[in-house]
Amino acid sequence: MTGPRNPSDIDHPSSADQKLPSHLSARTAGQGIPDEGSLERSDPGDEAASPTAETSNQVCGGAVVDATGLKTKELSDRLRDLMLAGTGRMIVKNACGQRYIGTRLYRPGQASLQIEIFGTPGNDLGAFLSGHRILVHGNVQDGVGNTMDRGEIVVEGRAGDVLGMSMRGGRIFVRDGVGYRTALHMKEYLDQKPVVVIGGTAQDFLGEYMAGGIVLVLDLGNRGHQSNFIGTGMHGGAIFLRGSVNLTQLGKEVEISAPGEEDHALLENLIHEFLIRFPELAARQEELQKSQFVKLTPVSKRPYGKMYAY
Amino acid sequence: MTRRTRRRLIEKEICSCSIFGAMNRSGERFGGGGVIEAIANMHVRGNGLGGGFAAYGIYPHYRDYYAFHLMFTGTSESVKRSSKAEFDAFLHQGFQVVHDEEIPCDDSVWVRDPPLAWRYFVLPDPKGEDAKLSEEDYIVDKVMWVNTRIDNAYIFSSGKDMGVFKGVGFPEEIGRYFMLDREYRGNIWTAHGRFPTNTQAWWGGAHPFGLLDWTVVHNGEISSYGTNRRYLEMYGYKCTLQTDTEVITYAVDLLMRRQRLPIELVARILSPPIWNAIDRMGEKERSIARTLRMVYGPLLMNGPFTIIIAHHGEMIGLTDRVRLRPLTAAARGDMMYLSSEEAPIRLISPQLDEVWTPNGGEPVVGQIRC
Repeated sequence: MTGPRNPSDIDHPSSADQKLPSHLSARTAGQGIPDEGSLERSDPGDEAASPTAETSNQVCGGAVVDATGLKTKELSDRLRDLMLAGTGRMIVKNACGQRYIGTRLYRPGQASLQIEIFGTPGNDLGAFLSGHRILVHGNVQDGVGNTMDRGEIVVEGRAGDVLGMSMRGGRIFVRDGVGYRTALHMKEYLDQKPVVVIGGTAQDFLGEYMAGGIVLVLDLGNRGHQSNFIGTGMHGGAIFLRGSVNLTQLGKEVEISAPGEEDHALLENLIHEFLIRFPELAARQEELQKSQFVKLTPVSKRPYGKMYAY
Repeated sequence: MTRRTRRRLIEKEICSCSIFGAMNRSGERFGGGGVIEAIANMHVRGNGLGGGFAAYGIYPHYRDYYAFHLMFTGTSESVKRSSKAEFDAFLHQGFQVVHDEEIPCDDSVWVRDPPLAWRYFVLPDPKGEDAKLSEEDYIVDKVMWVNTRIDNAYIFSSGKDMGVFKGVGFPEEIGRYFMLDREYRGNIWTAHGRFPTNTQAWWGGAHPFGLLDWTVVHNGEISSYGTNRRYLEMYGYKCTLQTDTEVITYAVDLLMRRQRLPIELVARILSPPIWNAIDRMGEKERSIARTLRMVYGPLLMNGPFTIIIAHHGEMIGLTDRVRLRPLTAAARGDMMYLSSEEAPIRLISPQLDEVWTPNGGEPVVGQIRC
C-alpha cells in the first residue's frame, strides 16, 4: 500500500475537501513541488534575490531544506541556522508532521522571513510566530498560528482543529475548510488585531471564548454553515459569516446583526486580500462582494462575570 | 558567517497518544510496513511506554480456528514457563488445539522485559454446562477466566484470522519486534502509540485491546471508567488490564456483537448528542436519542477520546461528542485511512482522493465490499 516515495512523484493535490465544488478542490496539476533545477540553483545563505510581490504564491529563489526524515527539532535547527546566516527566504520540501515550524525564528526588529512549505507540516505551525510569512502548498494540521503575534500564514488547502488559538496579531488565510475550535480565545489589544479568513466553512465551536480580532468565513462551496456552538463564551471581536446561520447554531453569548457600513469596507478589504492570495478564486470576486453577510458579536464583555464571583 | 547563538532547549514531552488505521476496502491484503512507518511518523505523540497493532486476515491457513495470542509475564523464564504449563493444562480441557507455536519475534530489536508470547489455533470443545453457551460466549467466558484466574497469563487476542501484537516500547519497535512488515499481510491494520496517563505501563496494558475479533485503539481518557465498568460487570465482563480502554472494548462487544446494534446507534450510546441538541431534533430522532440515553446511560463514555474500532470487514473511527481528541480521515482508491494527524497518511499515500475532519460523535465507517 506504500505509495510513490520519490519526491518528484509527489504532487500536492488540494485539500480534497469533499465538500467544496470541483473548481475549488481539483487543483492538482502544476501545484507540485517545483522541479529540482529551479530550486537547487539558490544556495543556502544566499539572500533572497527576487523581490516579487509579497502576495504572489510562486516559488522564487531561497534556501531549500529537504525535511525528509528530519525530526521537529532538527528542522527547527536548520531553519534557525539559515536565519542566523542571513537567509531571507526558505523553502521547506517534504515536510511531514514536523511541529512548530516558524516558532524558533523570533527576531524582533529585523526583516521578516518568507517560508514556503511543501508537504504536510505538523501541529502548531507558526506557533508564537513573530512577523514572518509562511506559505503552505498543501494542508495543515492542528494548532496553526497558536498564540501567533505578528506575520501571516497562507494555507493552500485545509486546516485541522484549533486554528488561530490564542492568536493575538497577524493574519491567517485558509483556502478551504477548517476543523473544530477555530480562533479559540483569540484576542486583541490596541492596534494588535488578529485576522482569520477561511475560504470554506468551519466546524463546531468557531470563536469559542473569543476575546478579540476578526474571523471571516466565506463558504465558497455554498454548503451553508453547518457548525454548532459558534461563539460560545465569546466576549470580544467579531465573526462574519457569508450567507446566514440559524440562531440555534450560536452560543448564547453572541448576538447576530447585519454588518454596518464600516464592516462592509472591512469585508471588502479582507475579500480582496484573500483573493490575491488565491488567484484561482478571482472569478468569485463579484459574487463575494454582492453576498449577504451576518455579523456575530458578544452580548457582554464578561459573560461569566456572575458565574464564579458575587 | 554569523556566530551560532543557540540556547539549550529543554526536551519537551508532547503528551498524547497516536492512533492509525488503514484498510483496503476491496479486501486485498497488504504488509504491515506502511502502517509501522505511519505510526512512527507520530513518534513524539507517545513516550515509548506502549505500542501495538491489530491485523485482520493474517492467518488464512487457520482461518476457521480461533487464534489465541497469549502473553506469559513474570520475572524469570521459569515463572513464565510455569504459567504457560498451567494455561496449557486448562486449554486442553476445553479446546482442541490444532497448532501452537511461539509468536515469531526478532530478538535483535531491543524491547523492555518481553513476556513469552505464544499463539494457539483452537476449536472450542465445551463440556457440561458450557455446551449451552454460544460459541462466542464460550470463548469470551474462557478469556475472562484465564485473565483473572491464571497468574501471569493473559489472552490478549482471541479472534479468528486476526491478531493483536503489542507491548511496552514505541510502536515501531513493537512492530519490528514482531516482524509485522515481513511476516503478515492483512486487509485492515490498526496501530497505537501510547502515552499512559493514569496507569502504569505493562505489556498487557498496551493497545489494541481485543476480544474475539473486535479490537479498539484509543487516544484519550475515559473519566466515566468506574460507571462503565460496573455496568459491564453485570454482563460478565471483568476488567483486568488496568486501563480505561478495556471498557470500550467490552462495551463494543456487548452492544455490537451480543445486542447486534448498528454502529450509528452505538455511536449515540458511547458519545451521545448533548441534551439541547436532542431538543432540536425531529420527533422520531429525538425519541430514539432520549431512549438511548436513558437505557444506556451507564455506557456513556465521558471524557476526551478518539477510538478506532475494528473487526472483520469493518473499521470505525469515533471521537467524543465535542471532539476533544484529533482524528483525520482520508481515502485513496480502495484504501481508507484514519489517523491522529494527516502527515502520516500522506507519508504512505502522498495522493489522496479526500481528506476530512470528522464531526464529534459521528462515526466514520469503512467497510470491505463483499
